[in-house]
Amino acid sequence: MTTIASSAAISAPRRARRYMDRKSLVPLLLFIPPALILFVVLVVLPMIDAASFSFFDWTGYGPMTDFVGLDNYDDVLSHRHFGTAVRNSLLVIAVSLLVQLPLAMWVSLALVEKRWSVNVIRTLFFLPYMLAEIAAGLIWKFVYDGNYGIIPTVGDAIGMEMPFVLGDKFWVMPAIMLVIVWKYFGFHMMIYIAGLQSIPSEVIEAARLDGVKKWQIVRHIKLPMIWGSIVISVFFSIIGALQLFDLVIPLSNGGPNNSSHTIVTFLYQFGILRMKLGFGGAVSVMLFIACVVITVIYRRLLFSREVD
Amino acid sequence: MAEMSVDRKRRRRPEISIFQWLTLALVAAFIIVPFYTTILGGFKSIGELRTNPFGLPASWDPANFTGIIFGTALFRSLWNSLFIACSTVALSVLVSSMAAFALAHIRFFGSKFLMSFFMLGLLFPASTAILPLFIKLRDLGLLDKHLGIIIAQVAFSLAFSIVLFHSFFKRLPGELIDAARMDNCGYLRIYWYITLPLSLPIIATVGVFNFVGSWNSFLLPLIVLNTDTNYTWPLGIMQFQGQYGSDWPKILAYLTLTIIPAIGFFLLAQRYIISGLTGGAVKG
Repeated sequence: MTTIASSAAISAPRRARRYMDRKSLVPLLLFIPPALILFVVLVVLPMIDAASFSFFDWTGYGPMTDFVGLDNYDDVLSHRHFGTAVRNSLLVIAVSLLVQLPLAMWVSLALVEKRWSVNVIRTLFFLPYMLAEIAAGLIWKFVYDGNYGIIPTVGDAIGMEMPFVLGDKFWVMPAIMLVIVWKYFGFHMMIYIAGLQSIPSEVIEAARLDGVKKWQIVRHIKLPMIWGSIVISVFFSIIGALQLFDLVIPLSNGGPNNSSHTIVTFLYQFGILRMKLGFGGAVSVMLFIACVVITVIYRRLLFSREVD
Repeated sequence: MAEMSVDRKRRRRPEISIFQWLTLALVAAFIIVPFYTTILGGFKSIGELRTNPFGLPASWDPANFTGIIFGTALFRSLWNSLFIACSTVALSVLVSSMAAFALAHIRFFGSKFLMSFFMLGLLFPASTAILPLFIKLRDLGLLDKHLGIIIAQVAFSLAFSIVLFHSFFKRLPGELIDAARMDNCGYLRIYWYITLPLSLPIIATVGVFNFVGSWNSFLLPLIVLNTDTNYTWPLGIMQFQGQYGSDWPKILAYLTLTIIPAIGFFLLAQRYIISGLTGGAVKG
């Protein structure tokens, strides 16, 4: 946003303004509407619709007449699995922030150099991120399979009876979270590496010549200088955790006993599959508000630090 | 020269401690093992998976692979995904670059407001709006049609693509466009003959990004499509997995066949993916 604002200011004085304005009408009418129409019809209007049918009891057919006020919101909040879904999403956020991001940071500090060997490792770590969630989920479903997977084999090796992790109420969430770390830490690593590479090497050299220790450089120079990257990756972790769906479906499909639902699998299972659109609309609106709040906070954080 | 001396100094005092190397090795194993067992698993028999999980298969029997390759389902679903992904890329590059061009180069009333309006799209990930989107597509008669998925994906990628294009267009030398205008060249021709040819890197980034997003997407096709023959590969593989339950060698063979092209594409397009991620992320 800042770059856009500042560059708009630079391109200021234009000669023969009036002449150009007349000439620019046709291109404007050609260039703007396709994007605008798609955006309004398929992004903005549906969101407004969701808000409106969250106040009705509607199955998707016929007119919306059965106005129920805030009942749908009440139903969602008192749904016995909604609490689980929210708790699981928060759990995923916590693990992302406390395990995934530190791991990504730790690894990225070792992988900043632009060398061939470093590149190979970086590519390898980034690979799971590129994989479709469905494929990643199925690969790990196999790893966790209680009869033929890797977990029971490891159990055999150390002489322990391993649980069927994905069928176990206690283990299912840790299992899913491990896959999340596997799949996404490379993404955060890449963001950090890009940040670390943009630190001028003179700064670090100077500190080193002054005898500053390696981890002090990390703590007092590198981390503060990539603050923006850290805020961004925290933001993506949180938004990503709230959106989590594709990975859970092949792994546990929300089970066992609905214990591993996330907000979006909950929405899918109880709103969409059952065509309870009012109910689903209420979930959508709440999720959307959560995303907006987080985005606003993120922008504040990012720009407040930039101003300093 | 300066870089070289820095390099030499680094070599004298190794940047990476032994402890860091150890972590790297552990993480590498953590990443590789699932891939490795998946790819070899397709050649193994079901019993062998348990008795010999990490070793090479007893025989390289390709029956699982050939069975899938000679069936129609895999290629049909890959083709559907490819068609949807390519159409999404073409349409979104065209539509978003046109809008970004107008927003970046043509001065008109409300252009700033319009830009902020499109930026709103960064707040709407498709999954929050999936339910009303389903209703909207149904009302438009686009359920079970590839076109429905394509335009929905384009719509949801617009914000991000426009931001990337817009900041790139702004950085192009303004003199070029002023000079072309002096020569009485209209905006349409400037867009087509000057701006676009100069924008190949950003077109590649936006294109690759949308391609991967479309290729991997699951929720939207899941909700829109309901005929087997229209399925994209993620739906196809879920269906296959449902059919064969725990016949893991077959499922692993199917998985291998779908991830190999993805890995190949990733290795080729990596550069653009990363620049899209970091560029987009930094712009916020």
